[in-house]
Amino acid sequence: MRYLPLTDIDRSAMLDVVGASSIDDLFVDVPAEARLSAKIAGLPDHASELAVERHMGKLARQNLSAGDAPFFLGAGAYRHHVPASVDHLIQRGEFLTAYTPYQPEIAQGTLQVLFEFQTQVARLFGCDVANASMYDGSTACWEAIGMARRITKRGKALLSNGLHPHYVSVARTMAKFTGDDLVYRTPECDGESDGVELLREIDRDTSCVVVQYPDILGRISDLSSIAEKAHEAGALLIVVVTEPVALGALKSPGEMGADIVVGEGQSIGVGLQFGGPYLGLFACKSKYVRQMPGRLCGETVDAAGQRGFVLTLSTREQHIRREKATSNICTNSGLCALAFSIHMTLLGEAGLRELAEINHARACEAADILSAVPGVRLLNESFFNEFTLVLSKDAREVARTLAERGILGGVSLGRLMPDAPELANGLIVAVTEMTTSEDIRALADALKEVLA
Amino acid sequence: MTMLKEGRPTAPAHVNKEHPDPATATGNRALMLEEPLIFEIGSTETTGVDFTPVDKPASRLGGLERKRSIGLPGLSEQETVRHYTRLSRQNYAIDLGLFPLGSCTMKHNPRLNEKVARMPGFADIHPLAPVATVQGALAVIHELAEWLKTLTGMAAVAMSPKAGAHGELCGLLAIRAALEARGDARSVILVPESAHGTNPATAAFCGYKVEDIPATPDGRVDLAALKARLGPDVAAVMITNPNTCGLFERDMKAISDAVHAAGALVYCDGANFNAIVGRVRPGDLGVDAMHINLHKTFSTPHGGGGPGSGPVVLSEALAPYAPLPFVEKLADGSFALVEEETAGEHHAGSFGRMVAFHGQMGMFTRALTYILSHGADGLRQVSGDAVLNANYILRSLDSVLDAPFGGSGPCMHEALFSDKGLAEGFTTLDIAKGLIDEGFHPMTMYFPLVVHGAMLIEPTETESKAALDQFIMALRSLAERAKAGDEALKGAPYHAPRRRLDETLAARKPVLVWIEEALAEAAE
Repeated sequence: MRYLPLTDIDRSAMLDVVGASSIDDLFVDVPAEARLSAKIAGLPDHASELAVERHMGKLARQNLSAGDAPFFLGAGAYRHHVPASVDHLIQRGEFLTAYTPYQPEIAQGTLQVLFEFQTQVARLFGCDVANASMYDGSTACWEAIGMARRITKRGKALLSNGLHPHYVSVARTMAKFTGDDLVYRTPECDGESDGVELLREIDRDTSCVVVQYPDILGRISDLSSIAEKAHEAGALLIVVVTEPVALGALKSPGEMGADIVVGEGQSIGVGLQFGGPYLGLFACKSKYVRQMPGRLCGETVDAAGQRGFVLTLSTREQHIRREKATSNICTNSGLCALAFSIHMTLLGEAGLRELAEINHARACEAADILSAVPGVRLLNESFFNEFTLVLSKDAREVARTLAERGILGGVSLGRLMPDAPELANGLIVAVTEMTTSEDIRALADALKEVLA
Repeated sequence: MTMLKEGRPTAPAHVNKEHPDPATATGNRALMLEEPLIFEIGSTETTGVDFTPVDKPASRLGGLERKRSIGLPGLSEQETVRHYTRLSRQNYAIDLGLFPLGSCTMKHNPRLNEKVARMPGFADIHPLAPVATVQGALAVIHELAEWLKTLTGMAAVAMSPKAGAHGELCGLLAIRAALEARGDARSVILVPESAHGTNPATAAFCGYKVEDIPATPDGRVDLAALKARLGPDVAAVMITNPNTCGLFERDMKAISDAVHAAGALVYCDGANFNAIVGRVRPGDLGVDAMHINLHKTFSTPHGGGGPGSGPVVLSEALAPYAPLPFVEKLADGSFALVEEETAGEHHAGSFGRMVAFHGQMGMFTRALTYILSHGADGLRQVSGDAVLNANYILRSLDSVLDAPFGGSGPCMHEALFSDKGLAEGFTTLDIAKGLIDEGFHPMTMYFPLVVHGAMLIEPTETESKAALDQFIMALRSLAERAKAGDEALKGAPYHAPRRRLDETLAARKPVLVWIEEALAEAAE
């Protein structure tokens, strides 16, 4: 067995030291009726590297990978080019096969990366501080709602109708158990966000307003007035960013007055991976740092006076505070944070801005060409690299038909929000630097035929 | 001096006894290179990425164009590779040596797993791609789910939880949903004092009051005391088995029976499943829910703190409440994804969604690759060797270190020692930091909380006897130094990239992001 170094000679010598006659004897504390006397029946035995690779390769080939089709899927997960050096560096064993830096003297590599990552995220979001990562955007979002409850001691959260429906679902699941009162309406299929309604609904019971930027339909709204009204009422503004590349072109949520900014960092360095592992981003104003969930890395000095980094403010965390912790999170998304940070370092501000400009330019081109197809209307007045098309047919059917033609043409609103039949004709289309003019033309031609 | 005629010395001639470790001008120490922060070496104008230029149309950003600088430094590709390579060398890792962090199961991470996870058919597919285009991905989830159910003897598995603690949340939400469905609101969860901190944190998060379960002197759950506490207010007990003292809970079946008789449910923390995989099925012990850390038992890399993956196996009683989404195999052999669009009335009991999308697909491919590599015979050998290695450490060291439960029978996959018997003023921390100088990652220290100065050592099955012998020799030497009062030990580590770090300072004056010196000075 290639991963198991002990030989039978080793085992027998070690059993002598232990004073047992066989490995099975070491399981004497397991009640006999629960102890299996042999390997579990009906399962295959061990297999060679070649055999396993063949089996897994066969399954992989049953999927239509994004690189093999004109590809326009987004809605919370985006396909961007990841420079080759990112994947090379995250596979260095010293990063890949280390763990949470509990022993800082021999984990300065991971810790310095986390300190740099926290700074990058805080700056990108326009916040004072950021943590060392959460599982993904959706869990970061409900953690933020919980944090707002702890800070304001109020339980009513207003969720914008532009928030990703999966994020709403996750928040609803948690609210069933935490008792938060979530106010949410299904969006209407128009170019206007629900900013006016949110402003009207903020009151003295409101803990937070949660707004996605750009939102699930791709719309972009100024959030300053919501921030102002929320603050007047003693509530917090939580901004959710599912496409961080957008912040290379857009004003940051912090500039508009956000108190907590959370996001999905998958776009930068991580890749699609069928939904995970992804990277939860979490940033806030420094006055709220002691209510933050998750790990934080901080600067300090060692016994010789040299700069170094450690995990800090752990008295918020489960391994110290147990039932009084700010969250139960332990393992987070360390390696994805590393990938994000490396990719962001390669880009730098100049590169990120250019990447954002290219994404927007490609999306503008696609919006013009696709909305010229008969039976297609562009919903958005504003967008970054993603917009919503209102089709003359049920978009779920259209998306499936396009897939049969080898085109991954968009995410239907019906799949995300099956309870809202009025949205059934909406198709969310994402366009990035990966999308070519030929891809856009192929989608336009196919749509023309499918909608005819 | 031995010298070539050009003047090049060919043998060391000079040993400087007064300055064995003279300072260097750079602060570097040969291969150990100091590395500044990206904010100190990069600039916002530098980039390591080239783009094909495009025509820039009129902006449609709703008038919200960014005007201010973000302050993100960039580096060229060469500088980037060097920055992160240098940083990586300041980390200890499994690839370098024994990493006996108790309860974390730091086993070898096979590279085939990495190769498979990067196949475009797995790495480059979108979570919302039409189901017909991702049948192979759904097949992976289904195949892994079947293995997990068979290995645990459980009826169902929820694959979406993102890590162990998230899995605990999933299990408790299912328990709460099941209790509420029968109109039985209960308010208390019983957790042993030796539990992982995530257990009480999760229970509290789900709105439960947490109470301790007492332990017997031999380090196991006190069955009589547990029975006495059970009642109509208890929703569940959370038990780690094998427990964090490294012992199998002999009374597990009796515990489950008593819990069930009282109308409550059994949650098992599966962090220690590596000790029993292929030998014991938690389903046979009456467990209702258990998370499985794929990053522990099934070898997906720990990545410096994640990503993890925490699928939760569920009993018949809890299966109807499993979260969305999940994969179903249809009669024609194809796979369906049950999510909001397709859940309908058939899955009306589901407590909802815990994450966007489907969980840690990248970990599923790695874990399935690992499982297929081992097979049923190999997995049984995994737990056997893991337990043998831990007992070998326990019995090789219990003459120099106090093993509080050494008399309670064989340990499972981890060996527990205490700081009893060390010289006055010497602590577990000193031994841990001494191990760093000896070239090992320290064990888990000060956990479980039930043992003073705990040292929890989990070698895993992927260590050779030679590696264990060297570790035992090092730890024996450190224990003897700590018992003899060798003051030098209190200064360890001496040979790591950093000496002991000031955690108090870090917490008292938190510096969590980099701030330019001029700004920092102005602020003070």
